[in-house]
Amino acid sequence: MSLDVDAGHRTRMLPSNQRRHARPPGPRRLLSWLDLRAAPYFFVSPYFVLFAIFGIFPLIFTLWVSLHDWQLAGDKTFIGMENYTELLADDKFWNSVVNTVGIFMIATVPQLLLALLLANALNKKLRGRLVLRLSVLAPLITSVVAVAVVFTQLYGRDYGLVNWLLSLFGVDAIHWQNEKWTSWVAIATMVDWRWTGYNAIIYLAAMQTIPKDLYEAAAIDGASPRRQFWGITVPLLKPTIIFTVIVSTIGGFTLFAEPVMFGAGLMTGGTTGQFQTVAMFIVKEGFRDFQYGYAAAAAWILFLLILISALINFALVRGLGRSR
Amino acid sequence: MTTLTQTRPRASRAGSARLDPFRATPFTKAMLALAIFLSIFPIYWMIIIATRSNEDAHSVPPPFLPGGNLGENIQAVFDAENAHFMTGIINSIIIASTVTVGIVVISTLAGFAFASLNFRGRNLLLLSVVLTMMVPLQQMGIVPLYQMMVTLGWTNTLKAVILPFLVNGFGVFLMTQYTRQAVPRELVEAARVDGANTIRIWWNVAVPAVRPGMAVLAIQTFMLIWNEFLWPLIILTPDNPTVQVALRALNDRYSTNYVLIFAGTTISIIPLLLVFVLFGRQIIGGLMEGAVKE
Repeated sequence: MSLDVDAGHRTRMLPSNQRRHARPPGPRRLLSWLDLRAAPYFFVSPYFVLFAIFGIFPLIFTLWVSLHDWQLAGDKTFIGMENYTELLADDKFWNSVVNTVGIFMIATVPQLLLALLLANALNKKLRGRLVLRLSVLAPLITSVVAVAVVFTQLYGRDYGLVNWLLSLFGVDAIHWQNEKWTSWVAIATMVDWRWTGYNAIIYLAAMQTIPKDLYEAAAIDGASPRRQFWGITVPLLKPTIIFTVIVSTIGGFTLFAEPVMFGAGLMTGGTTGQFQTVAMFIVKEGFRDFQYGYAAAAAWILFLLILISALINFALVRGLGRSR
Repeated sequence: MTTLTQTRPRASRAGSARLDPFRATPFTKAMLALAIFLSIFPIYWMIIIATRSNEDAHSVPPPFLPGGNLGENIQAVFDAENAHFMTGIINSIIIASTVTVGIVVISTLAGFAFASLNFRGRNLLLLSVVLTMMVPLQQMGIVPLYQMMVTLGWTNTLKAVILPFLVNGFGVFLMTQYTRQAVPRELVEAARVDGANTIRIWWNVAVPAVRPGMAVLAIQTFMLIWNEFLWPLIILTPDNPTVQVALRALNDRYSTNYVLIFAGTTISIIPLLLVFVLFGRQIIGGLMEGAVKE
């Protein structure tokens, strides 16, 4: 992300400033001075006003709520860190954390690898480029809820397509919702189906900025396509990979719609919470059991988890390719 | 990036076809075909089931070709009790359109200021926009947002859904980048010398130049908001849903009636399908341009 500053801008303003000093400021001068000085703030104010009200304020207020036994319309008792200590000792909360991290891992690692390979394939000389790219991106138009509904049906125990395919190989019907691993895999495929193509297009864009000479030179030197991919493409793609990893981390840690729909629309995530994510935990505690303070505390811990995980992933990806 | 556009001597080596690293091998083509099949199939199959009867949907193996029940299945979706599907579609259209227009206007204004105007604190403010893009504000602040709407008496209103969605740092960032590249500083200065005030410059100089960027942002925003689920689920009542919340209700109540549910999901993607077919080129272009700039 470039935040380059145009360093030359101040000098460009000088002439008008000098003129302002040379003549006494009349009302029109004043207006234009105001326009020059105040207009920029006027232009950015809609965003920052909304951001203050609906972005920053709720964030800080969440912290405040999390220190209370909070009733929406009734008592709000200050209880300090009690919500946090209770939460950290709550097996159900940790279960949701484990589920979230687990689904995130088995979804994201294959997803980004597949996206890289897919982007590499799309970067070859092919006819009908636009159609190819659009087809890969098509899953993005289906809403998360629709994806979850369709995949839940695909993973149905009795009439599901996946079990039917497996039965051709003699595998007994699997009840995908019942076990931790099977439900994680099912949910991870929903996430991957929707986002692999999107990430591939992002990688493709970055790949096209890599000078072709590099590959030609490597090919002449006898480097195999595989070596070219790991030796040239992946290292040069690192900033983009870091970007997608961070975006995936945020998306993965706030995973909600897929597991909810997979579990018949409930917030419990299966009979023993085998696929309840942290976001579902927050909604269940806050909006089903009305433990707002508790839910707010969970939201802050979720935020910390995202931050930690983003940093870890950032460090991991930065080290990627260095050993090669 | 500019270095890429410079012409380089084209090497015409003997046997370059075999050395060409960008040649698509049969393996590459097969892999792509599989990827495209996997991408398209669930959508195709969803539409197929939506055209069949419930008995067909429960047959093993399931059907792979369309039937003739689409009309009555769609009718059944809109007639389904307690799903309020029509209300959901209308609400979603209102919410997604309003948020789209709002975000595009807000982002174009702010993007112009960040890219073309000088003011104290500009870099700090822009940095704050970028940093907060990384925070899942809606999920984090869901309890206070709800409390806020309860206090204001706005629960179950569309404005309660719309207002928090208007906070979109990504849009501001995108338009800042786009304006930087599409609106030369000299043009802004020239207009100022001609006596135009900032609003005139924005309207007459910046907006015409950044229109393609606005279109890309509009498309992406509409798709994003159309699919929002968590916040509408919490702030709206079941009889006044968005289309996604209505889908959930449909799924809950008629969990064994697949054709009904699939007809519902099919209807729910029609607006995005239209956007995709009409603006596919812009979507790809916008995504790829945005990716390179990050």
